[in-house]
Amino acid sequence: MNTMTKVEHTEHHGPAAGISRWFYTTNHKDIGTLYLWFSFAMFLTGGCMALMIRAELFQPGLQLIQPDFFNQMTTMHGLIMVFGAVMPAFVGLANWMLPMMVGAPDMALPRMNNWSFWILPFAFAMMLSTLFMDGGAPNFGWTFYAPLSTTYAPPSVTYFIFAVHMMGISSIMGAINIIATILNMRAPGMTMMKLPLFVWTWLITAFLLIAVMPVLAGVVTMMLMDIHFGTSFFNAAGGGDPVLFQHVFWFFGHPEVYIMILPAFGIVSEIIPTFARKRLFGYSSMVYATSSIAFLSFIVWAHHMFTVGLPLMGELFFMYATMLIAVPTGVKVFNWVATMFRGSMTFETPMLFAVAFVVLFTIGGFSGLMLAIAPADFQYHDTYFVVAHFHYVLVPGAVFAIMAGVYYWLPKWTGHYYPETMGKVHFWCSFVGVNLTFFPMHFIGLAGMPRRIPDYALQFADFNMVASIGAFIFGFSQLIFLVLIIKTIRGGSPATPEVWDEPEGLEWTIPSPAPYHTFTTPPEVK
Amino acid sequence: MSHETYYVPAQSRWPILASIALFLLAYGAGTLINGLKTQTGDTGLLLLLAGAFMMSLILIGWFRHVINESIDGKFSPQADLSFRWGMSWFIFSEIMFFVAFFGALFYVRTLAVPWLGGEGEKGVSNMLWQGFEAQWPLLTTPDMEQFPGASAVIDPWHLPLLNTAILISSSFTITLAHHALKAQRRSALILWHGVTIILGIIFLFFQATEYIEAYQELGLTLHSGIYGATFFILTGFHGLHVTLGTLMLIIIWLRVLKGHFTPDSHFGYEAVAWYWHFVDVVWVGLFLFVYVF
Ligand SMILES: [Cu+2]
Repeated sequence: MNTMTKVEHTEHHGPAAGISRWFYTTNHKDIGTLYLWFSFAMFLTGGCMALMIRAELFQPGLQLIQPDFFNQMTTMHGLIMVFGAVMPAFVGLANWMLPMMVGAPDMALPRMNNWSFWILPFAFAMMLSTLFMDGGAPNFGWTFYAPLSTTYAPPSVTYFIFAVHMMGISSIMGAINIIATILNMRAPGMTMMKLPLFVWTWLITAFLLIAVMPVLAGVVTMMLMDIHFGTSFFNAAGGGDPVLFQHVFWFFGHPEVYIMILPAFGIVSEIIPTFARKRLFGYSSMVYATSSIAFLSFIVWAHHMFTVGLPLMGELFFMYATMLIAVPTGVKVFNWVATMFRGSMTFETPMLFAVAFVVLFTIGGFSGLMLAIAPADFQYHDTYFVVAHFHYVLVPGAVFAIMAGVYYWLPKWTGHYYPETMGKVHFWCSFVGVNLTFFPMHFIGLAGMPRRIPDYALQFADFNMVASIGAFIFGFSQLIFLVLIIKTIRGGSPATPEVWDEPEGLEWTIPSPAPYHTFTTPPEVK
Repeated sequence: MSHETYYVPAQSRWPILASIALFLLAYGAGTLINGLKTQTGDTGLLLLLAGAFMMSLILIGWFRHVINESIDGKFSPQADLSFRWGMSWFIFSEIMFFVAFFGALFYVRTLAVPWLGGEGEKGVSNMLWQGFEAQWPLLTTPDMEQFPGASAVIDPWHLPLLNTAILISSSFTITLAHHALKAQRRSALILWHGVTIILGIIFLFFQATEYIEAYQELGLTLHSGIYGATFFILTGFHGLHVTLGTLMLIIIWLRVLKGHFTPDSHFGYEAVAWYWHFVDVVWVGLFLFVYVF
């Protein structure tokens, strides 16, 4: 043991010089930064694709892009935002914050941590390269239903499949690392029920990732076999079933949506108490609610398939199981509101994003409840109502929470306060843009406008125009965010160790910016 | 719990090199597979081989690096526990990979095929191929021109039963070897571990024999409809895992010969043993649900 301690002490230096620091690093803060910048780059890339879609939908008729390219854009937009923007952003935040929150010197498996990250740029390079291939990029939607993605797919689907495999490897290794860190690297006295909620939600998210990413790998493997090796998993002519694809995909896909929202719950549960200057209401109920949501997420997948022809018992089971999720989710929303109740609240940018999250995510939750009602879903299925629903939970939901987290922890990372007014401008532009984009989609969806179609009937024109204007407002206001982050990294008024007004948590006990190595000797937690 | 200083390795070149190798593997495999029909997969094959070669070198180098760190005593009991959590959750992810294929098998057996045959609540799908009769194993597919069914399936009570006995015994022999390691009975360790490797190789040999029989005599192929598809994807991925497991057993045996393990520090050994038990358990599932029932 003594020899080991000596070796360790040669480690107490800052980051390596030069660009190689970023390639070879084993430091959780460096890797967190890499994840966050990668995610932001993908967010802008996927965002440009969304703007192309919205530009085409600005008015009825075909103006700018061909239908096949439109399909490629919707597909790539979805894949990039889910796997390239939202998931890596949360992993980046986890990398930065989890070790500091549990009082650990680093992630449990630092080299594997680096590998988890560096697989991603290669995976997405391969995914994006399909845009330049013969036959174009995948055009079957981000849910890649068979037989669109098998019998009728462009040749580039093979590369898409391998890109998904690479992302899966990356996510599984990242999740293993997070679980090992939380279970094994906590400082003495940091018991499970003292863990900050961001840590708890990530623990459960990591479990979900390890449980369902292999299932995604399985389903794309079956696709590969069907396309190239003559099997008939998704072909009824050989006794298989295209609906089997949907079952396996959504067995992955539903937990996946919680993978994208549970860490958001965690971030919001950190921020609201700080700016309400009250302890979080119902800590343990938050933990139990998160666990229940994770459990339920495994038995609701077929609510995405109500119109595919399920047996009646299936429709009923998946309808009721899905509605049950509203209970733990309601507990969470109640707790956030109760935390704010009679708090001495201030509305700095992180809090603005967090409060907007609570309100707008709840709207997305309610439209989810509407979709959970099987007979009603027969009307809503594959319309813009669905698009409105999941964009409400993902954009003002997951993405707003990520932005809230970035504003909340940016002073800790950089040692500078961000320019508050600029942050607020970014918030209000995003808030207005998001609602202009997605709220009208509820109406056109209920009126019957189908999703994933580049043209539409005249009566949908006004709302589509509003949505497109909103999308451009939202898209371009992210440049404010980019400028703000660069400005804050470069300088600004120095941040105190606490940054905010007496926030809770170990990360606020260390200086800002957080030193390159923190907690090399574990802190004592009381 | 121990809270000695945790070993945080310095910068490392292995991960990014491994990412490049993985990219070559994936891009190569994609190009190769896409070129199969037109015989234009040569560049793909080249990239794939380059990636595989690079990845093998990296794995050897990376593991050697970690082994040297372990020998230098850099890993505290806490780091050891991190490795244990890591390996356990990795095996859990592998289990979930097989769950996807088992799920597909159960779904087609109990729902999709009976529906196609006109049974059950969605029996209306029988109108697609009227006269198609549901059976399992599915020897006559709905469209026999596109997916010619097999003439028969593998008899579970010959090679598969033998293979079950072999794999279960190998789980016992690896446990005997592990006990010998803990009791510092070196020759017993080497012997029982060697027996485990031989059992693994025999298993693989029998699986290969069975595949040849399936293709040449029974017409049971990837093309022979959903029975062949589920049969080969489940046994095939299991076979790949046994191959990987056997390789791991061989490597760990060489490490035993080099004297890398002590009774109280041999996580690498245990990890391989866990993995071997995992492929064994998956096989029992396969034997029951693919071959017997
Ligand atoms: Cu769902």
